[in-house]
Amino acid sequence: MVDDKTVRYIAALARLHIEAADEGKFARELEAILHYVEKLGVLDVTAVKPTSHVLDVENVFRDDAVKPGLSQEQALAFSVDKLNGSYKVPRVIE
Amino acid sequence: MNHFDLTAHAWLDLFQSGKATPQEAADAVLQRASQVNAKTNAFIRLNDKVRAQGGPCPVAIAIKDNICVNGHLTTCGSKILEGFIPPYDACVVEKIKAAGGIILGSANMDEFAFGSSCETSAYGPARNPWALDRVPGGSSGGSAASVAAGQAVWALGSDTGGSIRQPASFCGVVGLKPTYGRVSRYGLIAFGSSLDQIGPITKDVKDCAKLLAIIAGFDERDSTSVNVPVPDYAAALVKDVKGLRIGVPKEYFIDGIEPDVLAAVQKAVQYYRDHGAVIVNVNLPHTEYALATYYIIATAEASSNLARFDGVAFGLRAAPSKVRKNPLMDMYEETRARGFGDEAKRRIMLGTYVLSSGYYDAYYLRAQKVRTLIKQDFENAFQACDVILSPTSPTTAFKVGEKISDPLAMYLSDVFTIPANMAGVPAISLPCGFDRSKLPVGLQLMARPFAEDVLLRAAYAYEQATGWHRERAVL
Repeated sequence: MVDDKTVRYIAALARLHIEAADEGKFARELEAILHYVEKLGVLDVTAVKPTSHVLDVENVFRDDAVKPGLSQEQALAFSVDKLNGSYKVPRVIE
Repeated sequence: MNHFDLTAHAWLDLFQSGKATPQEAADAVLQRASQVNAKTNAFIRLNDKVRAQGGPCPVAIAIKDNICVNGHLTTCGSKILEGFIPPYDACVVEKIKAAGGIILGSANMDEFAFGSSCETSAYGPARNPWALDRVPGGSSGGSAASVAAGQAVWALGSDTGGSIRQPASFCGVVGLKPTYGRVSRYGLIAFGSSLDQIGPITKDVKDCAKLLAIIAGFDERDSTSVNVPVPDYAAALVKDVKGLRIGVPKEYFIDGIEPDVLAAVQKAVQYYRDHGAVIVNVNLPHTEYALATYYIIATAEASSNLARFDGVAFGLRAAPSKVRKNPLMDMYEETRARGFGDEAKRRIMLGTYVLSSGYYDAYYLRAQKVRTLIKQDFENAFQACDVILSPTSPTTAFKVGEKISDPLAMYLSDVFTIPANMAGVPAISLPCGFDRSKLPVGLQLMARPFAEDVLLRAAYAYEQATGWHRERAVL
């Protein structure tokens, strides 16, 4: 059962602020979708291996060679706040 | 036929014979794009001018707004990427530029490709050129609408659960989702990483083969790119389906398909039967679980992929007027609250929920296991046939606003396209007629992994015999 409290909990995990007035709407919509996906419960999957991707490959590595990449300046260009070649974020420690 | 309605191969013939230049062609298409964009909103951004640079395929193209173009604003249809100008080209854009391709602008899309109607775009909905009060489908709705309206010769879209094929179906054009691993996603803003593929949206199958040939191939910058040779797709374009085994799955012919859609698709089956293909009944018994599986896996992957949009490295940054938790957490939460639309928030929360402690096994792990069953369905079916045939979507284009307030009803629009992404197989949608309101109907064909050439052959033979691809929307 998804209620307002669940919405607040998931939203906090997802770093998403949800206005109190919208919690009920999201709760109802998520509840409806979760109810729909519960149909998977009728299948017996105890002996089935999970598929995380469809390709028959693993551990894909490229050669460990230095190649041109973005400069520090380019990488920082789109941040709204930066300082001394770093991203700047609001203070976390008092 | 108007100049802006020409296919890429028709333009290339005109260039070859000296009857037109690439610059004239690109100018004509750009002019058309500007003239009708107020009606279709197919482009979020159009370039002011275009310049032909030479190359073997100097054709004007629309690029979906989730594919990075160096120096051009790329926003994924979202406010959270406002101001993001990629400092590099996606692999597919590099390849298009190397072929001489002329980029017209950014095609409209559902925000982060979350939608089946192009209505969740932060830049306003795109409209269907066949009926402006109807949706073009989604999420690559702008790409499909631009091609159907003559605003682009062809376009790139991306397909996670049908986002190329369903809008191609709704707009009466051809759209192909390649095999997972066939086309590099380097520079595609990720949605569902185990499902996403970039593919062509074109006016006919010949153009589809041509554009696929340009973008396909191995790229070490995408670790899911597969190093297998790219066949000569043009050589697959033969008007012959004799001996081809076409599988018709009964699970795709269910209640809820509009009668006109069903009739058009059944006529396509008849075409193949009449021309020497072998029609076989196949079973894909887990089809009815594909949508539920998809909405667990795709949202789980999306919630993880979209964690990067936190106001730090790019895009929007916002802060609440007073402290709620602490300044950093508040910045993350407020940035994401203001930057994402409701459907993005819904999917992020759903994905977070199914991955959260206590629910992971019941939802995510179970869905991954059902995905195995769906994949096995296809492996079994392809023992008995070469191509699987179905409608692309149960309906033709629906009205703007009709399904936007009911997420589940919207999701059902992708019920026939999602399984191909779950199994990683290639699939194409091509026009197969019209309903009684003159809205296009799409036929879907699916094939074994890396058998895009088989799809193109089956599609080309049908298209050339029926001529549906020659119909154009009038704007």
